[in-house]
Amino acid sequence: MPDLLIELFSEEIPARMQPRAREDLRKLVTDGLVEAGLTYAHAAAFSTPRRLTLAVEGLSAESPTLREERKGPRADAPAAAIEGFLRATGLTRDRLEERADKKGGATLFAVIEKPGRRAPEIVAEVLERVIRSFPWPKSMRWGAGSLRWVRPLHSILCILTTEAGAEVVPLTVDGIAAGNTTRGHRFMAPAAFPVTSFDDYAAKLRAARVILDPAEREAAIWHDATTQAFAQGLEVVEDRGLLAEVAGLVEWPVVLMGPIGEDFLGLPPEVLQTSMKEHQKFFSVKNPRTGRIEKFITVANRETADHGATILQGNGKVLAARLSDARFFWENDLRTVHAIGLKGMAEGLKAVTFHNKLGSQYERIERIAALAAEIAPIVRAEPDEADLAARVAKADLQSAMVGEFPELQGTMGGYYARAAGLPEAVANACKAHYQPLGPSDDVPTEPVSVAVALADKIDTLTGFWAIDEKPTGSKDPFALRRAALGVIRLVLDNGVRLGMLDYMHTHLGTVQKSIASAGARAAGRDTGSVVKTVYQVTRPHPDGRQVDVNATDLLSFFHDRLKVFLKDQGIRHDIIDACLAMPGNDDLTLLVKRAEALSAFLATEDGKSLLRGFKRTNIVSKEQSKDNVEYSFGFDEKFFEYEAETALFAALDAAEARIAPAMTAEDFPAAMAAMAALRAPIDAFFTAVQVNSANEIVRRNRLNLLHRIRAICLQVADLTKVEG
Amino acid sequence: MAGTDSAPRSFQEIILRLQSYWGARGCAVLQPYDMEVGAGTFHPATTLRSLGTRPWAAAYVQPSRRPTDGRYGENPNRLQHYYQYQVLIKPSPPDLQDLYLGSLEAIGIDTSLHDIRFVEDDWESPTLGAWGLGWEVWCDGMEVSQFTYFQQVGGHDCHPVSGELTYGLERLAMYVLGINHVMDMPFNDPAAPIPLTYGDIFRQTEQEYSRWNFDQADTAMLLKHFEDAEAECDRILTAAQPDKAGRTIVMAHPAYDQCIKASHLFNLLDARGVISVTERQAYIGRVRALAKRCADAFVTTEAGGGQAA
Repeated sequence: MPDLLIELFSEEIPARMQPRAREDLRKLVTDGLVEAGLTYAHAAAFSTPRRLTLAVEGLSAESPTLREERKGPRADAPAAAIEGFLRATGLTRDRLEERADKKGGATLFAVIEKPGRRAPEIVAEVLERVIRSFPWPKSMRWGAGSLRWVRPLHSILCILTTEAGAEVVPLTVDGIAAGNTTRGHRFMAPAAFPVTSFDDYAAKLRAARVILDPAEREAAIWHDATTQAFAQGLEVVEDRGLLAEVAGLVEWPVVLMGPIGEDFLGLPPEVLQTSMKEHQKFFSVKNPRTGRIEKFITVANRETADHGATILQGNGKVLAARLSDARFFWENDLRTVHAIGLKGMAEGLKAVTFHNKLGSQYERIERIAALAAEIAPIVRAEPDEADLAARVAKADLQSAMVGEFPELQGTMGGYYARAAGLPEAVANACKAHYQPLGPSDDVPTEPVSVAVALADKIDTLTGFWAIDEKPTGSKDPFALRRAALGVIRLVLDNGVRLGMLDYMHTHLGTVQKSIASAGARAAGRDTGSVVKTVYQVTRPHPDGRQVDVNATDLLSFFHDRLKVFLKDQGIRHDIIDACLAMPGNDDLTLLVKRAEALSAFLATEDGKSLLRGFKRTNIVSKEQSKDNVEYSFGFDEKFFEYEAETALFAALDAAEARIAPAMTAEDFPAAMAAMAALRAPIDAFFTAVQVNSANEIVRRNRLNLLHRIRAICLQVADLTKVEG
Repeated sequence: MAGTDSAPRSFQEIILRLQSYWGARGCAVLQPYDMEVGAGTFHPATTLRSLGTRPWAAAYVQPSRRPTDGRYGENPNRLQHYYQYQVLIKPSPPDLQDLYLGSLEAIGIDTSLHDIRFVEDDWESPTLGAWGLGWEVWCDGMEVSQFTYFQQVGGHDCHPVSGELTYGLERLAMYVLGINHVMDMPFNDPAAPIPLTYGDIFRQTEQEYSRWNFDQADTAMLLKHFEDAEAECDRILTAAQPDKAGRTIVMAHPAYDQCIKASHLFNLLDARGVISVTERQAYIGRVRALAKRCADAFVTTEAGGGQAA
């Protein structure tokens, strides 16, 4: 069983593309080999900045012989038919077999034997195909050639190793002939050398100052970095993304730690960290006692005679230049804040277009402020504070620092708000109002932050809904699904009781005004006159309200997102549907409370059998109601014929007495527990009683009784939608 | 290798070493283009010569102007007028990275002491309708050059592909010479009878141009010039009549001059802050349209490897 070693040696491969490329190489090559009839025991892919490597162990030496049999025409068929069969099979007449058939004649058969092929032949074919069609996110041509690769491809190493030795797989791609040599580190060991196996390759590379395995480079970097920091009583700020990237930039990592100039230690830690990471790919080193970032760690790609002194000095100098810029932005922004305040800074957003149909960022802020103040009492925030927070939360988009580092939006706002002496709750909202940014991000809990975060997201959603920029399929350029999930998590985590429809309806009116003004401005008309002509298209809601069509549409978007969200929490979609059918379904907290209670209830034996009882009730009353008579006029005890009927009646009364107050208190578990008490009487009723009585009055009475069961059960959720 | 044994002492020595290095490696050492451009790439020796099939190898210094980068001579690193060193070789030779590293040695960067890295950085020029893949080259964490394999220029696929190297000369020289503020950098030999610093030569011009770029340039006039350049480019590309001698010569280069003009005028208008975000894209699109038509014209000429002439 030979082992296969492939190395594609090129100019520097972007670090961010390496993980995917390793996986693609492994999968495409092994899939190709298997498809061609080879088997293998194990395959692993590696990368450095200059090479993509695949090691396949235990590859079969050749593919099996394949025998294919094809039935042709009868032996006495017309010559044309036989000739056609010969053409199709590529055989001559004398190679065909004649076999007797049941009718006493003979039928022609072609037996085509495909001999097995040797592994080198297959590997060459598969590898060439993989190289020529490799799915790089971006590829290029170079020189006068036509081959595409991520950067110029210089050499291909491709050998099959057995006990007898290593064999170069014969392969030439666009003038590059495969061989058995590679090169070491660009600077420290640039000479070419031959290899005979994967172990030989990895060992020789190591000697030539290349660590092949990215995981090993990562581990080495992290180990050295933490050790050096620890020796000085410091700790490295963990950043897995940066670690993976840096490991993709070096073949021979050398960790160097250097100081950050005293002048810059006063900068906010986020600024230091962002500047160092984004521009220099440095790790931040924190002093755990002060919380300050005091040193940087850079990872060089080589050892030097001066033990990295020159490299460290150069990096320190570049960092100082970068941080001088950052400090300039910081001091400039603070001056602006002191001179004109954060609200003054936000004024600049009048000139910044949010979306050409939705007006400026400033208009958007005004809408958010109004909505945040409205929502404030519901989340126990001061309306004035919510209004203020909304007005300053995006001011930092005008700051020099955020202009340089967009990812610091909100964070800088918080610093500047504190510098301006604004309340802590307002300062916190600057960052928190963008949250949650993703499914794993924290959800704000401070009332002011919650109010502004909700208003921000509802404004985004209603705005894009109003201009018909809804997400479709995989396209969601404005991250509206994320915004909707954000609203859901904000509402649920904080137990916010918000009838979404009313708020969305009212807010859509505000949005329409912005759209009209933006449209008028674009057309060069006076905006004042147009704003009065705004209208909303409405649709009656089941409860009789006239609601903006976009609000109802958005509500079902929320419901869809909620289903996905609850499914992840283990609540079945049919249970959610049963709850969605109930009134007040625009109050997501209520909706989820109901769904959780129902889900828990239906997981119990009581719940399951009650559901069965309900379904039976439902089926019987449906079947028996085909006469189109409405059976909801109550019933009369005097027509009861069985004990079970009386018992059920009593149970219904008792249950209803418990359910009604529980429902008022929104205590769904209590209401469902009361329903559970109906299970035995319902079962007994169906065992003892035949609904379909010859006596029409009795029959009708029983159907009315069944109707009452349904009515009681349906108060809690629409159980008809529950499966099972 | 010549010159590597001693560290360079001035800005001009670094330029001279680059000139002799690339000259010795077969590049035609050209002179700067005599027009205002934003980068060395705009020189027709790069933009136009990267098109078509004819081999090419050129190196040159190109004074470059970026009006928005003016800081009145006060910022240690930013200038509205600076120099780029540009190398363009078509087809890109297989050892271009090694050649490049040799040029760093030539200007006194000892690669055995420094950490040289090729960090992904794809290049795109929306105004030239051009893009390529490559890296920014880091020396101890500082970007010292841009290294690009041109894939498309003026909307044309590059066949063969040119390798382009761009050195930001001031930044590179400051690093090599250990200077913190560009204006303090020795331009000629500090031991010369009349030593001149970068500031002696450019501090005043930076102030003057910063004021003109940001406050004084007549925007109505610039706008008019932009439109004139655009119209002239169009006119000379469509001029089909034979000249007095009966020849019909495609005027790709004169047309491209107008494209360069339009591009620089746009940069000036941008610095004056009179172009809104939405208009910006439209202006860039107009310059790109000119660049594309110039490229279309050039590839029909003899130098462009076409059939004409």
